Amino acid sequence: MKDFTEYKNIWVFAEQRQGKLMNVTLELIGEGYKLSRERGDGAKVCAVIAGNGVSPLADELYQYGADMVYVLEHPLLTQYTTDGYAKAITDAINTYKPEIVLFGATHIGRDLAPRIAARLNTGLTADCTRLDINVSNYMDYLEENTTASLNGLDRNDQSKGLKQTRPAFGGNLMATIVTPNTRPQMATVRPGVMTKREKIQGAKGELIKAEVDLTPDDINVEVLEVVKAAKEMVSLTDAKIICSGGRGLGDPEGFKLIEEFASTVGGVVGASRAAVDAGWIDPIHQVGQTGTTVKPEIYFACGISGAIQHLAGMQTSKIIVAINKDPECPMMKLADYSIEGDLKKVIPEIMALWNQ
Amino acid sequence: MKIAVCVKQVPDTTEIRINPETGTLIRDGVPSILNPDDANALEEALRVKDNLPGSEVTVITMGPPQAKEMLQECIAMGADDAILLSDRALGGSDTWATSNALAAGIRNAGSFDLILAGRQAIDGDTAQVGPQIAEKLGLPQVTYVKEFSLEGDYVKVKRALEDGYEVLKVKLPCVLTAIKELNEPRYMSVPGILKAAKHDIKVWNAVDIGVDLTTVGLKASPTNVFKSFTPKPKGEGIAVEGDTPKEKAASLVNALKEKHLI
Ligand SMILES: Cc1cc2nc3c(=O)[nH]c(=O)nc-3n(C[C@H](O)[C@H](O)[C@H](O)COP(=O)(O)OP(=O)(O)OC[C@H]3O[C@@H](n4cnc5c(N)ncnc54)[C@H](O)[C@@H]3O)c2cc1C
Repeated sequence: MKDFTEYKNIWVFAEQRQGKLMNVTLELIGEGYKLSRERGDGAKVCAVIAGNGVSPLADELYQYGADMVYVLEHPLLTQYTTDGYAKAITDAINTYKPEIVLFGATHIGRDLAPRIAARLNTGLTADCTRLDINVSNYMDYLEENTTASLNGLDRNDQSKGLKQTRPAFGGNLMATIVTPNTRPQMATVRPGVMTKREKIQGAKGELIKAEVDLTPDDINVEVLEVVKAAKEMVSLTDAKIICSGGRGLGDPEGFKLIEEFASTVGGVVGASRAAVDAGWIDPIHQVGQTGTTVKPEIYFACGISGAIQHLAGMQTSKIIVAINKDPECPMMKLADYSIEGDLKKVIPEIMALWNQ
Repeated sequence: MKIAVCVKQVPDTTEIRINPETGTLIRDGVPSILNPDDANALEEALRVKDNLPGSEVTVITMGPPQAKEMLQECIAMGADDAILLSDRALGGSDTWATSNALAAGIRNAGSFDLILAGRQAIDGDTAQVGPQIAEKLGLPQVTYVKEFSLEGDYVKVKRALEDGYEVLKVKLPCVLTAIKELNEPRYMSVPGILKAAKHDIKVWNAVDIGVDLTTVGLKASPTNVFKSFTPKPKGEGIAVEGDTPKEKAASLVNALKEKHLI
């Protein structure tokens, strides 16, 4: 066994875009908080934020649970570049030696984390949906939710390695990955999966301004333009109710019905990839393995067959309601409530009764 | 222009089923395919070649001997050369070890102006190998590329973000990873298939590519699979009763009200 006693805290890459923290950052601070207390050795949850003029965001990070905030500020970090961020964060990791570093599995997190892990010659686990330190908690999870055998696991095991669980083969298989021989242990985590903590107004923590050593020569990519989609991001991850439509809608008009349905029940519109690929709805609505992961109170799957890649993004919803012509399709089997029938007839009836 | 394209043979995950008794994957009869994002990477390389005659496209993969079939498919699509890195010493590599091997393979194959890969492979879905190859080769990277144009010594690309996109300019050589929005991959052509049948695929082992053997394979990999398992199937749900859509809707709404969800 190597000696890792130098490595202590749990870091969360605090991703911000145009000065606004990403939701997944707050979720990861919540998760990091939980993990740091599971370690029980005084480990702290620390946010590491890079940019230019980003220190005011530290307050929000404390309010969601961060014990410490490392601020990496430099004019060359004003915009995200792989080169600039990778160098600044790798240097900070080498200086402060965190035990664990977590990133949101966003297009930026998944660009940056592998580059840093390769430079540090350490392991990186992609797209995790669950993290554990405490062995007994991990065993509870396996027992309740999976077909795994508990052979070789011991509830009294006090080891403190990070157990990183993620789907593979399009969600057909789950794997728990460990990084036994190198530090830090690094993971990207799917947005929408972890839970943020209750915001505590006025919470304070410790701020550390880390040194950033960058010159223009370090950055090989020139950012010509950053274009925000005209539409606001659909907040599928925060939605209490989601009304999702698939190929079974038949045509783009079908989404008019889904939109009405969503506004009647106070929900957000989701979609299967087949509906997105057909061009009926914008890709930002897509739920699933290559879309957004969601876990609303109620998920209405309307004309969605339930391909494993779709299920991967919604199967932990509290209540699943399927409306489908085909009672044998996987979604109808999975659903808590399955309604066999034509969605065009069933949905208007549900709307008529909903607010009575 | 010399272009390398990293490709991977993957099981078609849409065809994988789970054995409900044992909870294991049923892989028998599951077809192996060229990873979808990699097909987009290859297509983009072939388009560069279409526009700049004399360009050369080399596909490279690490995998078992069967991966030759996929490389032949790439030749049939229009690639000029194909390399298979195959060696027991490379087996069980995680993304870090895989990128060490692929970077060594690419170096051994010569110098390239552009290296393309798919964003991620559908078996592992990590999206890590592209950026890690870039790091090991000391080259800049752009991931999630959805639009590409060549401008002299530079490439101009659109990189997709969840909430929009960025336009980036990068000097060659660099590593780009492709997503499906980038293009529509072409089919194999008949002359291509004939050419592929005769093409001699290069097969290199770990010694051939001169990779440090302590940086590849299962034992060198910093991540290990601790456990693998399948999610427990959810209990049977309720088929909502009723003779008409209206009756069914009423049963559902009542049930949700009873659970205080409305
Ligand atoms: C690498 C990869 C990644 C993927 N990622 C995703 C992902 O993130 N998200 C995703 O959704 N998919 C994803 N897919 C695609 C996935 O495999 C399926 O193709 C897709 O989910 C199918 O969408 P669907 O259920 O809408 O369409 P279909 O499978 O065609 O199902 C349509 C359903 O509508 C029903 N229907 C038809 N008419 C009516 C009617 N009038 N009333 C009621 N029901 C009706 C039919 O019975 C059927 O069940 C991915 C695939 C791959 C290979």
